[in-house]
Amino acid sequence: MKYLKELEKGCEQVTVMNKRLRIGSDNKILPVICIITFIIIIWYGFSIVLNAPWEFDKAKRNSITLSKTELVSQTWSQKRPKLPTPHQVAKEMWDTTINKKITSKRSLVYHGLITFYETIYGFAFGTGLGILLALGIVYNRATAMSVMPWIITSQTIPILAIAPMIVVALGSAGFSGLMPIVIISMYLSFFPVVVGMVKGLKSPEQLDIDQMKTWSASKSQVLFKLRAPKSTPYLFTSLKLGMAASLVGAIVGELPSGGGGGLGFRMLSGSTFGNTLHIWSGLFSAAILAGSLIAIIGVIQRIVLKRMALET
Amino acid sequence: MVQSEVINVSNLDLTFETGDGPVHALKNVDLKVNKGDFVSFIGPSGCGKTTLLRVLADLDEPTAGEVTVNGVSPREAREARAYGYVFQAAGLYPWRNVAANVKLPLEIMGYSKEEQLKRVKKVLDLVELTGFENKYPWQLSGGMQQRASIARALAFDADILFMDEPFGALDEIVRDHLNKQLLELWKSTNKTICFVTHSIPEAVYLSTKIVVMSPRPGRIVDIIDSNLPSDRPLEIRDSKDFIEISQRVREGLRAGHSDE
Repeated sequence: MKYLKELEKGCEQVTVMNKRLRIGSDNKILPVICIITFIIIIWYGFSIVLNAPWEFDKAKRNSITLSKTELVSQTWSQKRPKLPTPHQVAKEMWDTTINKKITSKRSLVYHGLITFYETIYGFAFGTGLGILLALGIVYNRATAMSVMPWIITSQTIPILAIAPMIVVALGSAGFSGLMPIVIISMYLSFFPVVVGMVKGLKSPEQLDIDQMKTWSASKSQVLFKLRAPKSTPYLFTSLKLGMAASLVGAIVGELPSGGGGGLGFRMLSGSTFGNTLHIWSGLFSAAILAGSLIAIIGVIQRIVLKRMALET
Repeated sequence: MVQSEVINVSNLDLTFETGDGPVHALKNVDLKVNKGDFVSFIGPSGCGKTTLLRVLADLDEPTAGEVTVNGVSPREAREARAYGYVFQAAGLYPWRNVAANVKLPLEIMGYSKEEQLKRVKKVLDLVELTGFENKYPWQLSGGMQQRASIARALAFDADILFMDEPFGALDEIVRDHLNKQLLELWKSTNKTICFVTHSIPEAVYLSTKIVVMSPRPGRIVDIIDSNLPSDRPLEIRDSKDFIEISQRVREGLRAGHSDE
Protein backbone atom coordinates (compact mmCIF):
# COMPACT_ATOMS: atom_id res chain seq x y z
CA MET A 1 0.00 0.00 0.00
CA LYS A 2 2.71 2.42 1.00
CA TYR A 3 4.60 1.59 -2.14
CA LEU A 4 1.52 2.29 -4.27
CA LYS A 5 0.95 5.67 -2.63
CA GLU A 6 4.52 6.69 -3.27
CA LEU A 7 4.22 5.59 -6.85
CA GLU A 8 1.09 7.73 -7.20
CA LYS A 9 2.90 10.69 -5.69
CA GLY A 10 5.76 10.17 -8.08
CA CYS A 11 3.41 10.09 -11.04
CA GLU A 12 1.80 13.34 -9.94
CA GLN A 13 5.18 14.98 -9.71
CA VAL A 14 6.04 13.81 -13.19
CA THR A 15 2.82 15.27 -14.61
CA VAL A 16 3.47 18.56 -12.83
CA MET A 17 6.97 18.63 -14.24
CA ASN A 18 5.70 17.77 -17.69
CA LYS A 19 3.23 20.62 -17.48
CA ARG A 20 5.99 23.01 -16.46
CA LEU A 21 8.25 21.86 -19.27
CA ARG A 22 5.45 22.16 -21.78
CA ILE A 23 4.96 25.85 -21.02
CA GLY A 24 8.20 26.52 -22.81
CA SER A 25 7.56 24.37 -25.87
CA ASP A 26 3.87 25.27 -26.21
CA ASN A 27 4.54 28.97 -26.26
CA LYS A 28 7.43 28.51 -28.63
CA ILE A 29 9.36 30.96 -26.47
CA LEU A 30 12.21 28.60 -25.72
CA PRO A 31 13.15 27.88 -29.36
CA VAL A 32 12.92 31.58 -30.20
CA ILE A 33 15.20 32.49 -27.31
CA CYS A 34 17.63 29.76 -28.37
CA ILE A 35 17.83 31.08 -31.93
CA ILE A 36 18.23 34.69 -30.81
CA THR A 37 20.98 33.75 -28.38
CA PHE A 38 22.72 31.80 -31.12
CA ILE A 39 22.51 34.75 -33.53
CA ILE A 40 23.84 37.18 -30.90
CA ILE A 41 26.80 34.93 -30.13
CA ILE A 42 27.68 34.65 -33.83
CA TRP A 43 27.23 38.39 -34.20
CA TYR A 44 29.68 39.18 -31.37
CA GLY A 45 32.10 36.71 -32.92
CA PHE A 46 31.94 38.42 -36.30
CA SER A 47 32.30 41.81 -34.63
CA ILE A 48 35.68 40.65 -33.40
CA VAL A 49 36.72 39.15 -36.73
CA LEU A 50 35.62 42.08 -38.88
CA ASN A 51 36.81 44.88 -36.59
CA ALA A 52 40.12 43.26 -35.64
CA PRO A 53 42.23 44.36 -38.68
CA TRP A 54 41.74 48.00 -37.75
CA GLU A 55 42.83 47.31 -34.15
CA PHE A 56 45.87 45.37 -35.36
CA ASP A 57 46.82 48.28 -37.68
CA LYS A 58 46.47 50.75 -34.83
CA ALA A 59 48.56 48.54 -32.51
CA LYS A 60 51.20 48.14 -35.19
CA ARG A 61 51.44 51.89 -35.68
CA ASN A 62 51.88 52.39 -31.93
CA SER A 63 54.22 49.37 -31.76
CA ILE A 64 52.26 47.51 -29.10
CA THR A 65 50.96 43.98 -29.00
CA LEU A 66 47.36 43.40 -28.03
CA SER A 67 46.34 40.83 -25.47
CA LYS A 68 43.27 38.76 -26.31
CA THR A 69 41.05 40.55 -23.79
CA GLU A 70 42.21 43.93 -25.05
CA LEU A 71 41.45 42.92 -28.62
CA VAL A 72 37.98 41.77 -27.73
CA SER A 73 37.08 44.81 -25.64
CA GLN A 74 38.42 47.19 -28.28
CA THR A 75 36.75 45.51 -31.27
CA TRP A 76 33.46 45.64 -29.36
CA SER A 77 33.68 49.36 -28.63
CA GLN A 78 34.95 51.04 -31.78
CA LYS A 79 33.50 54.42 -32.71
CA ARG A 80 33.19 53.50 -36.38
CA PRO A 81 33.12 49.72 -36.47
CA LYS A 82 32.79 47.65 -39.63
CA LEU A 83 30.25 45.56 -37.77
CA PRO A 84 28.83 47.19 -34.64
CA THR A 85 27.93 44.89 -31.76
CA PRO A 86 24.30 44.35 -30.71
CA HIS A 87 24.76 46.46 -27.60
CA GLN A 88 26.21 49.31 -29.67
CA VAL A 89 23.22 49.16 -32.00
CA ALA A 90 20.86 49.05 -29.04
CA LYS A 91 22.58 52.06 -27.49
CA GLU A 92 22.48 53.96 -30.79
CA MET A 93 18.77 53.23 -31.15
CA TRP A 94 18.12 54.30 -27.57
CA ASP A 95 20.07 57.54 -28.08
CA THR A 96 18.37 58.42 -31.33
CA THR A 97 14.84 57.68 -30.19
CA ILE A 98 14.67 58.71 -26.55
CA ASN A 99 17.41 61.32 -26.28
CA LYS A 100 16.67 63.26 -29.48
CA LYS A 101 13.79 65.59 -30.24
CA ILE A 102 11.33 64.02 -32.67
CA THR A 103 11.71 67.01 -34.97
CA SER A 104 15.48 66.52 -35.16
CA LYS A 105 16.84 64.98 -38.34
CA ARG A 106 19.05 62.85 -36.13
CA SER A 107 16.03 61.25 -34.46
CA LEU A 108 15.04 57.76 -35.53
CA VAL A 109 11.46 58.60 -34.58
CA TYR A 110 11.53 61.46 -37.10
CA HIS A 111 12.72 59.16 -39.88
CA GLY A 112 10.50 56.32 -38.71
CA LEU A 113 7.40 58.52 -38.86
CA ILE A 114 8.20 59.57 -42.44
CA THR A 115 8.57 55.93 -43.49
CA PHE A 116 5.45 55.06 -41.51
CA TYR A 117 3.30 57.58 -43.40
CA GLU A 118 4.70 56.53 -46.77
CA THR A 119 4.01 52.90 -45.88
CA ILE A 120 0.47 53.52 -44.66
CA TYR A 121 -0.51 55.60 -47.70
CA GLY A 122 1.12 53.14 -50.09
CA PHE A 123 -0.61 50.29 -48.26
CA ALA A 124 -4.01 52.00 -48.36
CA PHE A 125 -3.82 52.84 -52.06
CA GLY A 126 -2.25 49.48 -52.90
CA THR A 127 -5.00 47.61 -51.06
CA GLY A 128 -7.68 49.67 -52.77
CA LEU A 129 -6.15 49.15 -56.17
CA GLY A 130 -5.64 45.45 -55.45
CA ILE A 131 -9.27 44.90 -54.45
CA LEU A 132 -10.55 46.83 -57.49
CA LEU A 133 -8.37 44.81 -59.84
CA ALA A 134 -9.44 41.58 -58.16
CA LEU A 135 -13.11 42.50 -58.61
CA GLY A 136 -12.44 43.32 -62.26
CA ILE A 137 -10.66 40.03 -62.79
CA VAL A 138 -13.35 37.96 -61.06
CA TYR A 139 -16.33 39.66 -62.68
CA ASN A 140 -15.03 40.44 -66.14
CA ARG A 141 -13.31 37.96 -68.40
CA ALA A 142 -11.91 40.68 -70.61
CA THR A 143 -10.28 42.35 -67.63
CA ALA A 144 -8.90 39.04 -66.46
CA MET A 145 -7.35 38.32 -69.86
CA SER A 146 -5.99 41.81 -70.47
CA VAL A 147 -4.84 42.90 -67.03
CA MET A 148 -3.45 39.74 -65.47
CA PRO A 149 -0.34 39.46 -67.69
CA TRP A 150 0.53 43.09 -66.93
CA ILE A 151 0.10 42.53 -63.22
CA ILE A 152 2.49 39.60 -63.33
CA THR A 153 4.95 41.48 -65.54
CA SER A 154 4.90 44.47 -63.21
CA GLN A 155 6.26 42.29 -60.43
CA THR A 156 9.06 40.75 -62.47
CA ILE A 157 10.71 44.13 -62.99
CA PRO A 158 13.17 44.89 -60.19
CA ILE A 159 11.70 47.72 -58.18
CA LEU A 160 15.18 49.17 -57.59
CA ALA A 161 15.46 49.74 -61.34
CA ILE A 162 12.22 51.59 -61.84
CA ALA A 163 12.06 53.46 -58.54
CA PRO A 164 14.45 56.21 -59.78
CA MET A 165 12.46 56.48 -63.02
CA ILE A 166 9.22 56.98 -61.12
CA VAL A 167 10.85 59.59 -58.89
CA VAL A 168 12.33 61.46 -61.86
CA ALA A 169 9.21 61.23 -64.01
CA LEU A 170 6.87 62.38 -61.26
CA GLY A 171 9.37 65.00 -60.16
CA SER A 172 9.44 66.55 -63.61
CA ALA A 173 5.64 66.48 -63.63
CA GLY A 174 5.74 68.59 -60.49
CA PHE A 175 5.12 65.85 -57.94
CA SER A 176 7.81 65.48 -55.33
CA GLY A 177 8.09 64.63 -51.68
CA LEU A 178 5.80 61.90 -50.36
CA MET A 179 3.89 61.22 -53.56
CA PRO A 180 6.46 59.31 -55.68
CA ILE A 181 7.40 57.16 -52.71
CA VAL A 182 3.77 56.35 -51.96
CA ILE A 183 3.37 55.28 -55.58
CA ILE A 184 6.39 52.98 -55.41
CA SER A 185 5.07 51.53 -52.16
CA MET A 186 1.65 51.01 -53.77
CA TYR A 187 3.31 49.40 -56.78
CA LEU A 188 4.66 46.65 -54.55
CA SER A 189 1.73 46.22 -52.20
CA PHE A 190 -1.18 45.87 -54.62
CA PHE A 191 0.15 42.58 -55.96
CA PRO A 192 -0.40 40.26 -52.99
CA VAL A 193 -3.83 41.84 -52.52
CA VAL A 194 -4.83 41.11 -56.14
CA VAL A 195 -3.63 37.52 -55.97
CA GLY A 196 -5.19 36.85 -52.55
CA MET A 197 -8.49 38.53 -53.30
CA VAL A 198 -8.95 36.86 -56.68
CA LYS A 199 -8.53 33.56 -54.88
CA GLY A 200 -10.80 34.68 -52.04
CA LEU A 201 -13.58 36.04 -54.24
CA LYS A 202 -13.50 32.83 -56.23
CA SER A 203 -13.52 30.64 -53.13
CA PRO A 204 -17.30 30.05 -52.99
CA GLU A 205 -18.06 26.60 -54.34
CA GLN A 206 -20.40 25.82 -57.24
CA LEU A 207 -23.03 24.80 -54.68
CA ASP A 208 -22.94 28.26 -53.07
CA ILE A 209 -23.28 29.94 -56.45
CA ASP A 210 -26.12 27.63 -57.55
CA GLN A 211 -27.90 28.27 -54.30
CA MET A 212 -27.72 32.03 -54.86
CA LYS A 213 -29.08 31.44 -58.35
CA THR A 214 -32.11 29.54 -57.02
CA TRP A 215 -32.95 32.66 -55.01
CA SER A 216 -32.45 34.84 -58.11
CA ALA A 217 -29.87 36.90 -56.22
CA SER A 218 -28.41 39.90 -58.04
CA LYS A 219 -24.69 40.16 -58.77
CA SER A 220 -24.14 42.67 -56.00
CA GLN A 221 -26.01 40.47 -53.53
CA VAL A 222 -23.79 37.53 -54.44
CA LEU A 223 -20.79 39.79 -53.91
CA PHE A 224 -21.78 41.27 -50.58
CA LYS A 225 -23.54 38.30 -49.03
CA LEU A 226 -21.35 35.48 -50.29
CA ARG A 227 -18.07 36.40 -52.01
CA ALA A 228 -17.00 39.23 -49.73
CA PRO A 229 -17.56 37.47 -46.40
CA LYS A 230 -16.11 34.24 -47.75
CA SER A 231 -12.95 36.04 -48.88
CA THR A 232 -12.30 37.75 -45.53
CA PRO A 233 -9.66 35.27 -44.34
CA TYR A 234 -7.87 35.67 -47.70
CA LEU A 235 -8.05 39.45 -47.35
CA PHE A 236 -6.18 39.45 -44.06
CA THR A 237 -3.44 37.18 -45.36
CA SER A 238 -3.10 39.54 -48.34
CA LEU A 239 -3.04 42.60 -46.09
CA LYS A 240 -0.15 41.19 -44.07
CA LEU A 241 1.89 40.52 -47.19
CA GLY A 242 0.84 43.87 -48.64
CA MET A 243 1.95 45.73 -45.53
CA ALA A 244 5.41 44.15 -45.63
CA ALA A 245 5.68 44.97 -49.34
CA SER A 246 4.55 48.57 -48.70
CA LEU A 247 7.36 49.09 -46.20
CA VAL A 248 9.94 47.67 -48.58
CA GLY A 249 8.53 49.95 -51.29
CA ALA A 250 8.70 52.99 -49.04
CA ILE A 251 12.33 52.31 -48.11
CA VAL A 252 13.35 51.61 -51.70
CA GLY A 253 11.50 54.74 -52.80
CA GLU A 254 13.40 56.88 -50.31
CA LEU A 255 16.78 55.90 -51.76
CA PRO A 256 16.59 57.80 -55.08
CA SER A 257 14.41 60.58 -53.63
CA GLY A 258 17.18 61.97 -51.47
CA GLY A 259 16.87 64.61 -48.82
CA GLY A 260 13.38 63.79 -47.72
CA GLY A 261 14.27 61.62 -44.79
CA GLY A 262 12.92 58.27 -43.71
CA LEU A 263 14.55 55.07 -42.57
CA GLY A 264 15.76 54.22 -46.07
CA PHE A 265 17.33 57.66 -46.39
CA ARG A 266 18.93 57.19 -42.98
CA MET A 267 20.43 53.86 -44.04
CA LEU A 268 21.63 55.30 -47.34
CA SER A 269 23.32 58.26 -45.66
CA GLY A 270 24.85 55.88 -43.12
CA SER A 271 26.23 53.86 -46.00
CA THR A 272 27.50 56.98 -47.80
CA PHE A 273 29.36 58.27 -44.75
CA GLY A 274 30.47 54.85 -43.58
CA ASN A 275 28.40 55.05 -40.41
CA THR A 276 27.42 51.45 -39.86
CA LEU A 277 25.58 52.31 -36.66
CA HIS A 278 23.12 54.39 -38.66
CA ILE A 279 22.62 51.53 -41.10
CA TRP A 280 22.01 48.92 -38.45
CA SER A 281 19.79 51.10 -36.28
CA GLY A 282 17.77 52.06 -39.37
CA LEU A 283 17.50 48.43 -40.35
CA PHE A 284 16.23 47.37 -36.96
CA SER A 285 13.80 50.27 -36.80
CA ALA A 286 12.37 49.21 -40.16
CA ALA A 287 12.07 45.62 -38.92
CA ILE A 288 10.34 46.73 -35.74
CA LEU A 289 8.01 49.01 -37.73
CA ALA A 290 7.08 46.20 -40.13
CA GLY A 291 6.63 43.74 -37.29
CA SER A 292 4.35 46.10 -35.38
CA LEU A 293 2.21 46.97 -38.40
CA ILE A 294 1.76 43.31 -39.30
CA ALA A 295 1.01 42.46 -35.67
CA ILE A 296 -1.73 45.11 -35.66
CA ILE A 297 -3.30 43.52 -38.75
CA GLY A 298 -3.01 40.15 -37.00
CA VAL A 299 -4.93 41.45 -33.99
CA ILE A 300 -7.66 42.95 -36.20
CA GLN A 301 -7.78 39.68 -38.12
CA ARG A 302 -8.36 37.67 -34.98
CA ILE A 303 -11.07 40.00 -33.73
CA VAL A 304 -12.90 40.13 -37.08
CA LEU A 305 -12.70 36.41 -37.81
CA LYS A 306 -13.81 35.61 -34.29
CA ARG A 307 -16.79 37.92 -34.65
CA MET A 308 -17.63 36.30 -37.98
CA ALA A 309 -17.36 32.89 -36.28
CA LEU A 310 -14.80 31.86 -38.89
CA GLU A 311 -12.24 31.27 -36.18
CA THR A 312 -12.80 29.99 -32.68
CA MET B 1 -61.12 15.42 -60.69
CA VAL B 2 -59.17 18.16 -62.42
CA GLN B 3 -55.73 18.53 -60.96
CA SER B 4 -53.62 21.52 -61.74
CA GLU B 5 -50.40 20.71 -63.45
CA VAL B 6 -47.27 22.19 -61.87
CA ILE B 7 -44.50 20.65 -63.95
CA ASN B 8 -44.72 19.48 -67.51
CA VAL B 9 -41.73 17.96 -69.29
CA SER B 10 -41.98 16.65 -72.83
CA ASN B 11 -39.29 15.19 -75.04
CA LEU B 12 -36.53 16.59 -72.92
CA ASP B 13 -33.00 15.96 -74.13
CA LEU B 14 -29.78 17.12 -72.57
CA THR B 15 -26.26 16.51 -73.79
CA PHE B 16 -23.21 17.83 -71.96
CA GLU B 17 -20.17 18.64 -74.03
CA THR B 18 -17.18 17.41 -72.08
CA GLY B 19 -13.50 16.99 -72.81
CA ASP B 20 -14.10 13.29 -73.45
CA GLY B 21 -16.85 13.98 -75.98
CA PRO B 22 -20.58 14.49 -75.51
CA VAL B 23 -22.39 12.88 -72.58
CA HIS B 24 -26.04 12.10 -73.13
CA ALA B 25 -27.39 12.96 -69.70
CA LEU B 26 -31.13 12.90 -70.43
CA LYS B 27 -33.00 11.36 -73.32
CA ASN B 28 -36.70 11.61 -74.25
CA VAL B 29 -37.91 12.49 -70.80
CA ASP B 30 -41.66 13.01 -70.43
CA LEU B 31 -43.13 13.84 -67.06
CA LYS B 32 -46.16 15.50 -65.53
CA VAL B 33 -46.31 16.55 -61.92
CA ASN B 34 -49.54 17.74 -60.34
CA LYS B 35 -49.97 20.19 -57.55
CA GLY B 36 -49.42 18.59 -54.17
CA ASP B 37 -47.57 15.59 -55.56
CA PHE B 38 -44.60 14.13 -53.78
CA VAL B 39 -42.44 12.84 -56.61
CA SER B 40 -39.28 10.84 -56.07
CA PHE B 41 -36.65 10.36 -58.73
CA ILE B 42 -34.73 7.17 -58.14
CA GLY B 43 -31.95 5.50 -60.09
CA PRO B 44 -28.29 4.61 -59.98
CA SER B 45 -25.70 7.37 -60.09
CA GLY B 46 -25.28 8.82 -63.55
CA CYS B 47 -28.93 8.29 -64.49
CA GLY B 48 -29.54 12.02 -64.72
CA LYS B 49 -31.93 12.37 -61.79
CA THR B 50 -30.05 15.31 -60.34
CA THR B 51 -29.65 16.81 -63.81
CA LEU B 52 -33.41 16.57 -64.36
CA LEU B 53 -34.01 18.40 -61.09
CA ARG B 54 -31.44 21.03 -62.07
CA VAL B 55 -33.20 21.53 -65.41
CA LEU B 56 -36.50 22.07 -63.62
CA ALA B 57 -34.74 24.61 -61.38
CA ASP B 58 -33.04 26.35 -64.34
CA LEU B 59 -29.59 25.44 -63.08
CA ASP B 60 -28.91 23.45 -66.27
CA GLU B 61 -30.33 24.09 -69.73
CA PRO B 62 -31.89 21.34 -71.84
CA THR B 63 -30.58 20.73 -75.35
CA ALA B 64 -34.05 20.02 -76.70
CA GLY B 65 -37.62 19.61 -75.50
CA GLU B 66 -40.25 21.55 -73.63
CA VAL B 67 -40.22 22.24 -69.90
CA THR B 68 -42.73 24.31 -68.00
CA VAL B 69 -42.85 24.99 -64.29
CA ASN B 70 -46.03 26.64 -63.03
CA GLY B 71 -46.96 27.11 -66.66
CA VAL B 72 -43.90 29.18 -67.51
CA SER B 73 -40.29 28.42 -68.44
CA PRO B 74 -37.96 27.24 -65.63
CA ARG B 75 -36.11 30.54 -65.93
CA GLU B 76 -39.22 32.62 -65.38
CA ALA B 77 -40.26 30.30 -62.56
CA ARG B 78 -36.86 30.75 -60.92
CA GLU B 79 -37.01 34.49 -61.30
CA ALA B 80 -40.50 34.47 -59.79
CA ARG B 81 -38.97 32.51 -56.88
CA ALA B 82 -41.42 29.70 -57.47
CA TYR B 83 -39.37 27.00 -55.77
CA GLY B 84 -37.07 26.27 -52.86
CA TYR B 85 -34.06 24.04 -53.53
CA VAL B 86 -32.38 21.83 -50.95
CA PHE B 87 -28.95 20.62 -52.01
CA GLN B 88 -27.16 17.45 -51.04
CA ALA B 89 -24.88 19.43 -48.73
CA ALA B 90 -26.51 21.83 -46.30
CA GLY B 91 -24.48 24.75 -47.68
CA LEU B 92 -24.96 26.90 -44.61
CA TYR B 93 -22.73 29.97 -44.30
CA PRO B 94 -20.30 29.43 -41.44
CA TRP B 95 -20.28 33.16 -40.60
CA ARG B 96 -24.04 33.23 -40.09
CA ASN B 97 -25.90 31.58 -37.23
CA VAL B 98 -28.93 29.39 -37.90
CA ALA B 99 -31.47 32.23 -37.84
CA ALA B 100 -29.30 34.42 -40.09
CA ASN B 101 -28.79 31.55 -42.52
CA VAL B 102 -32.53 30.96 -42.79
CA LYS B 103 -33.00 34.71 -43.16
CA LEU B 104 -30.56 34.94 -46.07
CA PRO B 105 -33.00 34.28 -48.96
CA LEU B 106 -35.50 36.62 -47.29
CA GLU B 107 -32.88 39.39 -47.23
CA ILE B 108 -32.13 38.74 -50.88
CA MET B 109 -35.79 38.84 -51.80
CA GLY B 110 -36.30 42.07 -49.93
CA TYR B 111 -38.72 41.05 -47.19
CA SER B 112 -39.23 43.57 -44.40
CA LYS B 113 -37.33 43.07 -41.15
CA GLU B 114 -40.50 42.16 -39.27
CA GLU B 115 -41.59 39.70 -41.92
CA GLN B 116 -38.10 38.15 -41.88
CA LEU B 117 -38.24 37.55 -38.13
CA LYS B 118 -41.75 36.17 -38.32
CA ARG B 119 -40.92 33.74 -41.11
CA VAL B 120 -37.64 32.58 -39.59
CA LYS B 121 -39.43 31.78 -36.36
CA LYS B 122 -42.19 29.94 -38.24
CA VAL B 123 -39.96 27.73 -40.40
CA LEU B 124 -37.51 26.94 -37.59
CA ASP B 125 -40.51 25.79 -35.61
CA LEU B 126 -41.60 23.69 -38.61
CA VAL B 127 -38.28 21.82 -38.75
CA GLU B 128 -38.06 21.63 -34.95
CA LEU B 129 -35.02 23.86 -34.60
CA THR B 130 -36.55 26.39 -32.22
CA GLY B 131 -33.97 27.28 -29.60
CA PHE B 132 -31.05 26.87 -32.00
CA GLU B 133 -31.39 30.30 -33.63
CA ASN B 134 -28.08 31.57 -32.31
CA LYS B 135 -26.05 28.42 -32.91
CA TYR B 136 -23.49 28.40 -35.70
CA PRO B 137 -23.45 25.60 -38.30
CA TRP B 138 -20.36 23.94 -36.82
CA GLN B 139 -22.23 23.58 -33.54
CA LEU B 140 -24.97 21.50 -35.18
CA SER B 141 -25.08 17.82 -36.13
CA GLY B 142 -25.36 16.87 -39.80
CA GLY B 143 -29.08 16.18 -39.45
CA MET B 144 -29.70 19.53 -37.79
CA GLN B 145 -27.71 21.33 -40.49
CA GLN B 146 -29.83 19.69 -43.15
CA ARG B 147 -32.99 20.68 -41.27
CA ALA B 148 -31.76 24.27 -41.15
CA SER B 149 -31.13 24.04 -44.88
CA ILE B 150 -34.72 22.83 -45.42
CA ALA B 151 -36.02 25.64 -43.23
CA ARG B 152 -34.09 28.08 -45.42
CA ALA B 153 -35.68 26.63 -48.56
CA LEU B 154 -39.13 26.89 -46.94
CA ALA B 155 -38.66 30.42 -45.59
CA PHE B 156 -39.98 32.23 -48.64
CA ASP B 157 -42.92 29.84 -48.89
CA ALA B 158 -42.59 28.78 -52.52
CA ASP B 159 -45.16 26.22 -53.67
CA ILE B 160 -42.55 23.86 -55.05
CA LEU B 161 -39.71 22.23 -53.17
CA PHE B 162 -36.83 20.58 -55.03
CA MET B 163 -34.68 18.29 -52.90
CA ASP B 164 -31.51 16.69 -54.19
CA GLU B 165 -30.60 13.74 -51.96
CA PRO B 166 -30.92 15.96 -48.91
CA PHE B 167 -30.47 13.06 -46.47
CA GLY B 168 -27.88 11.14 -48.50
CA ALA B 169 -25.04 11.86 -46.10
CA LEU B 170 -26.95 11.03 -42.93
CA ASP B 171 -27.16 7.79 -40.99
CA GLU B 172 -30.25 5.63 -41.26
CA ILE B 173 -31.80 6.50 -37.90
CA VAL B 174 -31.58 10.24 -38.47
CA ARG B 175 -32.78 9.72 -42.01
CA ASP B 176 -35.92 7.84 -40.84
CA HIS B 177 -36.70 10.62 -38.43
CA LEU B 178 -36.22 13.34 -41.04
CA ASN B 179 -38.29 11.41 -43.59
CA LYS B 180 -41.14 11.30 -41.12
CA GLN B 181 -40.81 15.00 -40.42
CA LEU B 182 -40.69 15.76 -44.13
CA LEU B 183 -43.91 13.86 -44.77
CA GLU B 184 -45.67 15.76 -41.99
CA LEU B 185 -44.35 19.00 -43.36
CA TRP B 186 -45.52 18.13 -46.85
CA LYS B 187 -49.00 17.26 -45.59
CA SER B 188 -49.34 20.42 -43.54
CA THR B 189 -48.09 22.76 -46.28
CA ASN B 190 -49.51 21.02 -49.36
CA LYS B 191 -46.38 21.80 -51.35
CA THR B 192 -45.32 20.01 -54.50
CA ILE B 193 -42.09 18.18 -53.73
CA CYS B 194 -39.58 16.71 -56.19
CA PHE B 195 -37.16 14.52 -54.33
CA VAL B 196 -34.02 12.87 -55.68
CA THR B 197 -32.81 9.76 -53.90
CA HIS B 198 -31.04 6.47 -54.47
CA SER B 199 -32.74 4.70 -51.61
CA ILE B 200 -35.73 2.51 -52.53
CA PRO B 201 -37.37 2.52 -49.06
CA GLU B 202 -37.00 6.29 -48.86
CA ALA B 203 -38.60 6.80 -52.25
CA VAL B 204 -41.49 4.43 -51.54
CA TYR B 205 -42.07 5.75 -48.04
CA LEU B 206 -42.26 9.38 -49.08
CA SER B 207 -43.79 9.50 -52.52
CA THR B 208 -47.14 9.65 -54.23
CA LYS B 209 -45.31 9.14 -57.51
CA ILE B 210 -42.02 7.35 -58.06
CA VAL B 211 -40.00 8.03 -61.20
CA VAL B 212 -37.54 5.21 -61.89
CA MET B 213 -34.60 6.22 -64.06
CA SER B 214 -31.72 4.43 -65.75
CA PRO B 215 -28.32 5.61 -66.94
CA ARG B 216 -26.47 6.03 -70.25
CA PRO B 217 -28.43 7.78 -71.58
CA GLY B 218 -30.46 8.99 -68.61
CA ARG B 219 -34.12 8.19 -69.16
CA ILE B 220 -37.31 7.29 -67.36
CA VAL B 221 -38.03 3.54 -67.31
CA ASP B 222 -41.10 3.52 -65.07
CA ILE B 223 -43.46 5.89 -63.32
CA ILE B 224 -45.26 4.35 -60.36
CA ASP B 225 -48.27 5.98 -58.72
CA SER B 226 -48.23 4.92 -55.11
CA ASN B 227 -51.48 3.78 -53.53
CA LEU B 228 -50.17 3.97 -49.99
CA PRO B 229 -52.41 5.96 -47.61
CA SER B 230 -51.38 9.53 -46.94
CA ASP B 231 -50.99 8.70 -43.28
CA ARG B 232 -47.74 6.76 -43.14
CA PRO B 233 -46.24 5.60 -39.87
CA LEU B 234 -42.69 4.20 -40.22
CA GLU B 235 -44.16 0.68 -39.72
CA ILE B 236 -45.89 0.95 -43.08
CA ARG B 237 -42.62 -0.23 -44.54
CA ASP B 238 -43.49 -3.76 -43.42
CA SER B 239 -46.89 -3.73 -45.14
CA LYS B 240 -47.72 -5.78 -48.23
CA ASP B 241 -48.42 -2.74 -50.40
CA PHE B 242 -45.14 -1.15 -49.47
CA ILE B 243 -43.19 -4.29 -50.33
CA GLU B 244 -45.01 -4.65 -53.63
CA ILE B 245 -44.21 -1.10 -54.69
CA SER B 246 -40.60 -1.59 -53.61
CA GLN B 247 -40.40 -4.68 -55.79
CA ARG B 248 -41.76 -2.82 -58.76
CA VAL B 249 -39.16 -0.09 -58.25
CA ARG B 250 -36.43 -2.71 -57.99
CA GLU B 251 -37.61 -4.40 -61.16
CA GLY B 252 -37.59 -1.07 -62.96
CA LEU B 253 -34.05 -0.40 -61.83
CA ARG B 254 -32.94 -3.87 -62.89
CA ALA B 255 -34.65 -3.58 -66.30
CA GLY B 256 -32.92 -0.27 -66.88
CA HIS B 257 -29.61 -1.85 -66.01
CA SER B 258 -29.95 -4.93 -68.26
CA ASP B 259 -30.53 -2.68 -71.26
CA GLU B 260 -26.84 -1.91 -71.44
